Formats: sequence, C-alpha cells, structure tokens
Amino acid sequence: MTIVANILGELFAPTTAAYALAAIGLNIHFGMTGLMNMGQAGFMLLGAYGFAITQMHGANLFSSVLFALLLAAVYALLLGIPTLKLGPDYLAMVTLAAAEIVRIVGRSTSMTNITGGSAGIAPQDFTTRFEDLSPLPDGTSTFLIWTYNNNIANSWWLRIVAWVLVALCAFLCWRWFRSPWGRVLKGIREDENAIRSLGKSVTKYKMQALIVGGLFGALAGVVFVLPRSLNPDSLGRTVTFYTWTILLLGGAATIMGPILGSCVLWVLLTAVKETMRVTIPSTVISSNQIEALGWIIVGVALMLLVIFRPQGILGNKKELAFNG
Amino acid sequence: MAENNKAPVDAAQRHDVGAAPAASVREPFYDIARWGTKPPEGEDLISTAYGDKVTRDLAFVENKPGVHKPDPILVADGVVRRFGGMTAVDVDHFEIERHGITALIGPNGAGKTTFFNLMTGFDVPNTGSWHFDGKDMQHVHPEQVARGGMVRTFQLTKVMSRLTVLDNMLLGAPDQPGEGMFRSLFPGMWRRKERENREKAEALLERFLLIKKKDDFAGSLSGGQRKLLEMARALMCDPKLVMLDEPMAGVNPALKQSLLDHIISLREDGTTVLFVEHDINMVRHIADWVTVMAEGRIVAEGQPKTVMDDPAVVDAYLGAHADVDLGGDSVLEGLEERS
Ligand SMILES: Nc1ncnc2c1ncn2[C@@H]1O[C@H](COP(=O)(O)OP(=O)(O)OP(=O)(O)O)[C@@H](O)[C@H]1O
Ligand SMILES: [Mg+2]
Repeated sequence: MTIVANILGELFAPTTAAYALAAIGLNIHFGMTGLMNMGQAGFMLLGAYGFAITQMHGANLFSSVLFALLLAAVYALLLGIPTLKLGPDYLAMVTLAAAEIVRIVGRSTSMTNITGGSAGIAPQDFTTRFEDLSPLPDGTSTFLIWTYNNNIANSWWLRIVAWVLVALCAFLCWRWFRSPWGRVLKGIREDENAIRSLGKSVTKYKMQALIVGGLFGALAGVVFVLPRSLNPDSLGRTVTFYTWTILLLGGAATIMGPILGSCVLWVLLTAVKETMRVTIPSTVISSNQIEALGWIIVGVALMLLVIFRPQGILGNKKELAFNG
Repeated sequence: MAENNKAPVDAAQRHDVGAAPAASVREPFYDIARWGTKPPEGEDLISTAYGDKVTRDLAFVENKPGVHKPDPILVADGVVRRFGGMTAVDVDHFEIERHGITALIGPNGAGKTTFFNLMTGFDVPNTGSWHFDGKDMQHVHPEQVARGGMVRTFQLTKVMSRLTVLDNMLLGAPDQPGEGMFRSLFPGMWRRKERENREKAEALLERFLLIKKKDDFAGSLSGGQRKLLEMARALMCDPKLVMLDEPMAGVNPALKQSLLDHIISLREDGTTVLFVEHDINMVRHIADWVTVMAEGRIVAEGQPKTVMDDPAVVDAYLGAHADVDLGGDSVLEGLEERS
C-alpha cells in the first residue's frame, strides 16, 4: 500500500510540479520559438539562489520571488544579446556553459558566505516564511491514501502552491499559444527570414521568448528547492536533460505536454525503482544500483518512444511531417 | 458495363438539353471547367489613371542604362557587392519609377537576387547607397525595410511549414496589437483587428486559388502553391513597393494570366512592382519598363519593345528564337532546313 501511495504520490509531488514549470518555460523556448536552451537548470538555480538568499536576509516573500524573477530576466538578457543574432547552435552552447558557470560560481568556496558554497543553503534558512504563510493548521493530514505534513518541507501547502503556479503558467501559455504573439514566435521557429521580410523584429521576439521561458524556469527553481535544501549540485546538467526529456515525452508545442510529461516520467521512474526494490533481494542488486538501473530502464523506454512516437504523447504527428 | 457507359452519355445529353438538373447528374471528372484551377475573372479596372500616367512619363525617358526617371521611388547609387574575388552586383545608378511595373531580367547568376537582398537589407553591399521614397536605406534592418513599405518575396520560397495557410497570411498583416507580448494576453484588444485581417486574407486567398487550403499546413502545399502563398502574403500589408523574385515560376498558365491581371490592378491601388522573371511573354505583357542585368551590371534599360529588339540583349539573353514559340513546328522546320 505504501508503495502504491509512493508511486501515485509522484503524480502531484512538488518536484513534479517544479519540472512541469521548467518544461513549460522550455516549451516557450523550444516548442514555440525554436530556441535551443541547453541550460534551463541555470535559470532554475539562479531563481533558487535569488529567492533563498533574499529570504535569508529577511526580505518578504513577494520581493524574494520578484528578485528571483529579476535575476533570471537579467541572465536571459546577458545570454541573449550576444547569441540571438547568431545561429541556434550558439545559444545552445552558451546556455549550457552559462548554467555550469552559475553552478560552479555558486558552489565555490569564495562564495561561501553568500551562497553557502558546495553545502548550499539549509531549508530552515529560507523556507520558514513560506511555511508561516500557510493557512492550514499544523500537523499532518491524510487525503485518500496519502499522508503528508500540512506545512513543513514536502507539505500539502507546498503542493497546493506549486500546482496553482503550474496551472497559472499553463493558462498564460495557452493564451500566448493562441494569440498573434504566439503566432509570430511559431513563425520564427519555422523561418526567421520570412518573418523578417514581413516586418517583424525577430531579435526582439526571440529575446521576449527567452526571458519569459527563463522566468518560468526561475519559478521552477524556487519550487524545486522549497521541499529540500538548496544544493547547487542538485540543479546541474542532469536537471536540464530531464526537463528536455519531459518536454519531448509530453509533446513539444502543446499546452499540456510538459505537465503530462513530468507526471508520466516521475511516476514511471518511481514505479520501476520501487518494484525493483521490493522484488529483487538486496543481495543481488544494491539500492544504489537500483537507482542507476531505474534510469537505464526509463532511458530505453524513452528511446522506444522517440522511435515509435516522435511527436511525444500529445504532439501532432502531422506537424512533424514537414521539415522543409 | 452499362454503368460505365452512362457518364459520357449523361454529359452529352446535358450539353444538348442544356437544362439538366446538375445535382442528379454524376459529375464527369474530365469536365475541365470544374477543376479547381480555373482562375477568377480578370480584375475590372476601376481606372487606368496610374497606368496611363506611367506610360506617359516613361515615353519620354531615354532608353539607356542608368537613366533618370521623372518620379523614382527607389534610387540606387554605386551599389557593389563582391563575394571573394567575384563581383555579383555592380550597379552605377538605377531608378525605379513610382507606380510602374518594372521587370528585371538577365541570365542565371546575373545578380538579380543578390540585388534584391541588398535593397531589402538581407545582405550588405561593400559600397553604395540607396534611397527608398526619399529615405536613406543604408544600414536599415530587413524588418524596418518591410515596415517602410518595401516588401519582397524569395526565389527559394519561404513559407512557415507548420503553420496553416491562413496563419501564414495573417503573419503578413501589419500593426496587429496582439503581437505585443502583454497585449496578446487580452483578446479584447486584438480580436477586431484579427477579424479584419482574416477577411482581407481570405479575399486574397480566394484570388490566389488557395481558399480551399486555408486550414491546411503550409508545408503540405505544392511548389507552385507555395509561390502563390508567398506572393499573397506579401500583399497583406499593402506595400508601396513589392519586389517579386520569379513569382510565376511553376504557376499554371491560366492562373498566371489571371495573376498578371491582378498585378496590373495592384498598380491602380498605388503599388509599385519590381519583378524578376525569365518568362519573356509575361514581361512583354505587363512590364512598363524592362531592365537587363548581366554579370552584376545593368546593361540595358527601356521600353519592353525597344529592349527586346536590342541585338545585344537578344544575342546574350533572349536567344535567336525569342519571338518564336519553341513548341511550334516552325522551329523544327527551321532546324531541319539548316541541317
Ligand atoms: N552567398 C553567396 N556567396 C557566394 N557567391 C554568391 C552568393 N550569393 C550569390 N552568389 C553569386 O553571385 C552571383 C549572382 O547570384 P544571384 O543569385 O544574384 O543570381 P540571379 O541573377 O538571381 O540568378 P537566377 O536567375 O539564376 O536566379 C552568382 O554567380 C552566385 O554564384
Ligand atoms: Mg535569382
């Protein structure tokens, strides 16, 4: 019973929501505009730092979130100005490298008194004000088969806030997808020069898309660190690659794709790992190995998906048919 | 067997009787008049004021390269573009008459497309200056060029494959407030403009015989249909000068005729047209002025008749049989006689 609860609990876990948010941002970059952002984790980490550090120094929640968003916007501008006029590969390289730079600077010993170095920032330093805001009573609650703390760490309160954020971002995305602004972005994805010849300023639109997607990434970072501590190494390259996996799994250029992709990936992964843990005795495979094996199995499943359903779960096959 | 024979009989009867109810008759597939390719009737010109004026004005212009014209909309001076050691474009002086239909012809690799790219900001010349409607256009970005009213199409067609035909058209519309990031979130601010644009787009699609395709992905269009879509899209913003790079390549002859009428009617709306075309009949039919380019330079300019009788042009570009229908028997006879 606890196994089933654990597996299904991933469906609405805060981390699932965080990845969904990051993937929605990436969807604006890649699915809508065709920008290859290979460093979404950089936006997330920067957002998390912006939030946690200001919280540590006693700022209120609102200005902390605002500061996190501001950092991400400035970061997007810095990355975008030199690269957006060049080809798509340049943005991919620069975002990948910049995300690593953010992580390495964050964990360097010289920054210890600001970022906490490689140990990061402990949860009690930045989550208390968020937890105090909760209208829920103290203690734990059980809903159907799930029991979580109401307010502390991996809590119901965080789940509510995280999924409200996801819903809000998905709504914004939906509005944008169906608007003339979204149409221009999709046009840029298809053919930049054609859009230019019709009098639209391509660089401006790309910059807007980069910033908006980055803001969603920063929010994702905040949600990501709230149930745990802020550790720079937990927001490294792998997070970017999971985000890409989620986007492609759910279906790029769809509204619900990133959310569905995130739910499916985490439920699947937990299911594989939990069943292995129960069915295979630990003398044959240790729990460390199960962790790795879980990813291998998911990787194979994803390969099959990309071969047999390249448009993702929700994508439109017809759209993929034209490459010219 | 009887079933198979029925259709032609029906068709024949219908022609005889003339009043057979259309719905009950099985439509023969070979009824060519019903193909979706039949162009709409030619435009009824409301007036020919601009056409007459241009003809009158150009009648007094000398037929030599780089000549000054009474009312130029685009003036280029000393525009040179080199690719490595090769000079692709080297234009001393060139003017395009306002409201005129100017044809730019010349052999492959003459530099016509490169000239288009230079004028519209997609490429930067090594030296030179050019003015559009009195404004200096050096260092102006392509999007600003287009917003200024100079819109071009591409020889290698550029359509947005994974957008619908209608969306492609709507992207051509200028001044849609919903194209701002924040305003796009409030449909109330752009719905009305969107509706107007849609009506305009549908009217143009009707004209270009693409209305049935309006909800299909543009990537599913045929080569000729893409050319048509691109041209229709360029007309969405009512440009002052539209530059068409081989607009009729791959378009069927009947539709070509009808689109030529459309181009002529564009002139009466105040649009100036510059087009590149290898089809000499089309040039002869609609151009007010013909410019010949070869190896990057403008080698001849003038009234269509004069230019096409110019022995140098005939020799270098048109070929000896320019006036002859190459499909006709006369060519074969000529060849046989010679051999
Ligand atoms: N990007 C480029 N790099 C190098 N050379 C180029 C480039 N673009 C064009 N050229 C050269 O410039 C010359 C003019 O090319 P352009 O495309 O303008 O010809 P064109 O007159 O449009 O010919 P066509 O009628 O075949 O379309 C050609 O010799 C071509 O090889
Ligand atoms: Mg060309």
